[in-house]
Amino acid sequence: MSNIPENLHYSKDHEWIGVEGDTGTVGITDHAQHALGDVVYVELPKVGDQFESHQSFGSVESVKAVSELYMPVAGEIVEVNESLQDEPEKVNTDPYGAAWMVRVRITEAGAVDKLMTAAEYEDYTKAETE
Amino acid sequence: MRYIPNSPDERAEMLRTVGLNAPEELFSSIPADIILKRQLDLPAALSEMELLARFEAIAAHNTAARRPNFLGAGAYSHYSPTIIDSLIQRSEFFTAYTPYQPEVSQGTLQVIFEFQTMVCQLTGMEVANASMYDGSTSVAEAVLMAERVTRRRKVIVSPALHPEYLQVAQTYVSHAGIELAQTGFDEQAGRTTLDDATIDEQTAAVVVQSPNFYGCVEDLESLAERTHAAGALLIVAVTECASLGLLRSPGACGADIVVAEGQSLGVPLGYGGPYLGLFATREKFARQMPGRLVGVAADKEGRRGFVLTLATREQHIRREKATSNICTNEGLIALIATIYMTTMGRRGLQEVAMQCAQKAAYAARRIAELPGFSLPYAQTPRFNEFTVRAPVDAAELLRRLAREHNITGGLALSRYDPTRANDFLACVTETNPRAEIDALVAGLKALTA
Amino acid sequence: MTINESLVFERSMPGRQGYRLPALDVDETLLDELLPADLRRDDDLEGMPELSEPDVVRHFTRISTWNYNIDLGMYPLGSCTMKYNSRLNERVARIGGFGNLHPLASDEDAQGALQVIYELQHHLSEITGLPGISLQPAAGAHGEMTGVMLIRAFLDARDGVGEGDAPRRHLMLIPDSAHGTNPASAHLSGFTVKTIRSTPEGQTDLEHLREICATGDVAGLMLTNPNTVGLFERDIREICRIVHEAGGLVYMDGANMNALVGVARPGDMGVDVIHLNLHKTFSTPHGGGGPGSGPCCCTTELEPFLPVPRVVRDGEGFKFDFNFPRSIGRVKAFYGNFGMFTRALSYILTHGPDGLREATEAAVLNARYIAHALTSDYDKPFDAPPMHEVVFTDKRQSRKGVHTLDIAKRLIDYGFHPMTIYFPLIVQGAMLIEPTESVGRQEIQQFIDAMRAIAREAQDTPDLVINAPHTTRIGRLDEAAAARKPVLRWKPEEKATAA
Repeated sequence: MSNIPENLHYSKDHEWIGVEGDTGTVGITDHAQHALGDVVYVELPKVGDQFESHQSFGSVESVKAVSELYMPVAGEIVEVNESLQDEPEKVNTDPYGAAWMVRVRITEAGAVDKLMTAAEYEDYTKAETE
Repeated sequence: MRYIPNSPDERAEMLRTVGLNAPEELFSSIPADIILKRQLDLPAALSEMELLARFEAIAAHNTAARRPNFLGAGAYSHYSPTIIDSLIQRSEFFTAYTPYQPEVSQGTLQVIFEFQTMVCQLTGMEVANASMYDGSTSVAEAVLMAERVTRRRKVIVSPALHPEYLQVAQTYVSHAGIELAQTGFDEQAGRTTLDDATIDEQTAAVVVQSPNFYGCVEDLESLAERTHAAGALLIVAVTECASLGLLRSPGACGADIVVAEGQSLGVPLGYGGPYLGLFATREKFARQMPGRLVGVAADKEGRRGFVLTLATREQHIRREKATSNICTNEGLIALIATIYMTTMGRRGLQEVAMQCAQKAAYAARRIAELPGFSLPYAQTPRFNEFTVRAPVDAAELLRRLAREHNITGGLALSRYDPTRANDFLACVTETNPRAEIDALVAGLKALTA
Repeated sequence: MTINESLVFERSMPGRQGYRLPALDVDETLLDELLPADLRRDDDLEGMPELSEPDVVRHFTRISTWNYNIDLGMYPLGSCTMKYNSRLNERVARIGGFGNLHPLASDEDAQGALQVIYELQHHLSEITGLPGISLQPAAGAHGEMTGVMLIRAFLDARDGVGEGDAPRRHLMLIPDSAHGTNPASAHLSGFTVKTIRSTPEGQTDLEHLREICATGDVAGLMLTNPNTVGLFERDIREICRIVHEAGGLVYMDGANMNALVGVARPGDMGVDVIHLNLHKTFSTPHGGGGPGSGPCCCTTELEPFLPVPRVVRDGEGFKFDFNFPRSIGRVKAFYGNFGMFTRALSYILTHGPDGLREATEAAVLNARYIAHALTSDYDKPFDAPPMHEVVFTDKRQSRKGVHTLDIAKRLIDYGFHPMTIYFPLIVQGAMLIEPTESVGRQEIQQFIDAMRAIAREAQDTPDLVINAPHTTRIGRLDEAAAARKPVLRWKPEEKATAA
């Protein structure tokens, strides 16, 4: 059973976002990392890059698969988790903590409310696996 | 058919086992209207003796294969140690598949790892792949990679790049939105020039061959400097890898991508293929490389082994977003090159290069002394090829040299450039004894007297 | 063979030598006159190995024994066609008149080589039923690229793209079961890839095809036939008709031609262009990953666009013809992987028309026999009888935690190379088995017995399968760690620690 923290918001592309003020921290869910297998590489954008919601902002690779990363909300990148360059395996071991991927300044008011809650995401992943 | 183990009786029995009566029923899922109702119109089967006699007779018409040869221009006659062909004919090498299952492919994987290492050492680069089809497609792939790395869409190519390499690059980029432009060419020096009007902030890369198509060694260091000042990548193409035993490596001169034709490393001339594309670059660009890569891995017990790695760049995973469409490359030819570089080794590679350069210098000097002959780029350093300006039409001169003196004297440059009617490109390697060079010189003299 | 063998660099000893050249026989030029110091190497080629000839022979012989190979046994890789590589073909390719021939020799001096090219072109055209042909592409993916570039050039010429504002067609339709090279080649040729679904029966979904063709921007379809689940696309005529009516062309991936030679011809099916893999269907050796050769065959309508130069008749002889102004250009320097042409021609002439047909029948029969025998132990996702290859899945075994990868690795312990796994992507846990015509009944039976034994082990002793292989020099390698911190070359300073 995958881990889904209560305090985060979730997208259908299996990204999570935690919000403080107008800043969001984004990563991929435990469910996503599990589906992907051993993560070997994470490609992330540069600080200052701007993205629409659902736009691809990078990719995450396992040995035999590549998954695009999609922005859960529109925003501008203000910080990138450089440590994932050397330790991509953190995406497997700590997807909601050490393996956060980017921090964004959210440019679209109310966007977070359109995302799923933890309970909704749990139902969503259950439906998807069935 | 002797290559099919099961006898007709055995096959009949197998058919019955799967519930069929006749071989035609195996194809019942093919609509009847597209089943071929006749035998293929092909020659009847030959026995081994008949077949060999037939091919020997055909091969006898390849008269050029038996002559002393001074033709280079992208394919070179070099000595190839005997052990190479006997080793590559081991079933374990030539009948194996691509090493996707590492536990039963360690031989091939270790060879590729050794090959990658030697290509890096020879070119002065940090990473090399498991091979491309040949030098020409390596150039094309390097151009596409430069666009991925820089996100710029203009590539400037030296006019002294092998003309067929340029043609291949043009085909490859024709749908990639990349514009190919030309660098300058110093007709006095026979070298590539790069001016500020040509290279700009839209330029992804500059492509230069050294020694270039006319045999001149390029000043790579200053080309690298100018290229890097514009934020572009320098792609260096090498058609004659024997030169790397003597010349400063492209990597040491500042190249960002080095592509080469590896045929000189023990591979037979073989009428143009299979040859071997070498592809090397800086470590920071490894994930943008085309082709397969082998890396070190360990099993649970910590034993060292090798695996195909960084495969997410490739077509079987990333499909239309892959760095290249290449799948099958030139595995067995990379093995030839690896055994060649191992057998010749550090000293042999240097000695081959030195002999090539010395013999070419001798030949060039002797030809330049002939009445009416000159070397248009005599002042520029060269390796084993040089451009000769004859007093007469070069194509006709070389034709007569072949017919009347039984020597293939080089390549008439009019093949690629009609304005160079009297120019030809001569190549001398360690396989040309002095007597052959003297015969070449004597033949040229006799035909122009 | 479990003997250890270091890297060649670790074996190297300064001063050892494995070659000897004749002494330099010309008057020497001073080194500085030959080449100024700033253009010369200053690293003394450090790191390049120094070994004697026996060292070299032992090194490569030892590591070779760690490879599985066709001569050792059945190599059931689906879609790879690992058939017998005859020694006779090797001998033919090594005839001096071929091996020592320079590619820029004049046509007059290379008539034998041109004859080989001409004859092979002629025979491959007959086999495919497609009259236009170029042998220039160096491998299957290269032939695919050439084929779709022909489509691009033909459509642009037909539709008048570049004159006025005629729109250029963009969509290249590719089934979800296709090889990855198909979309990659299409992309390289400027097309946008659109995926066509397969039906639950493993056939191209005609409704989906019609729906997309109705949008109007269709340039073509890339179809493998028999497809990658080993089934003949029984609606091939209709598929071609739909694509043609929509204004597109049909490209066939010829990877699976081993099921069709002498039985049915792509040209008769309505296909416009195909590539062949000489290293599959025509038995040129795979060589541990090449060289291949990917001839491209096409209709007369597409012929003017083929790569240059082309080999044509010239009176009694043959010549290169460069004069095709509508050609897509060159795809490779010189004339393709000529060494594969001699081998493939030798293969065709050794078989003759009846032998080729016999090989096709034997290959399909072998696959059918395996399909029949393993259905009781493994899930077979498609009911239809397979052609030259058959797909199974790990559905039954995965209930015990045994997956396709484990079954493949366990097969090694039984003396077989694994089958193709996890391909095609549309079949979960796919195991694609292609025996080819080159295996006899006893060996097929041994393979079947091994697969049945593994199915039993998956039930009774799953750990035995999950931890396989048990008989190889090394076990399963940690590919994730290898990809995270890639070590792609040996470096001198690592010498001390690597030992």
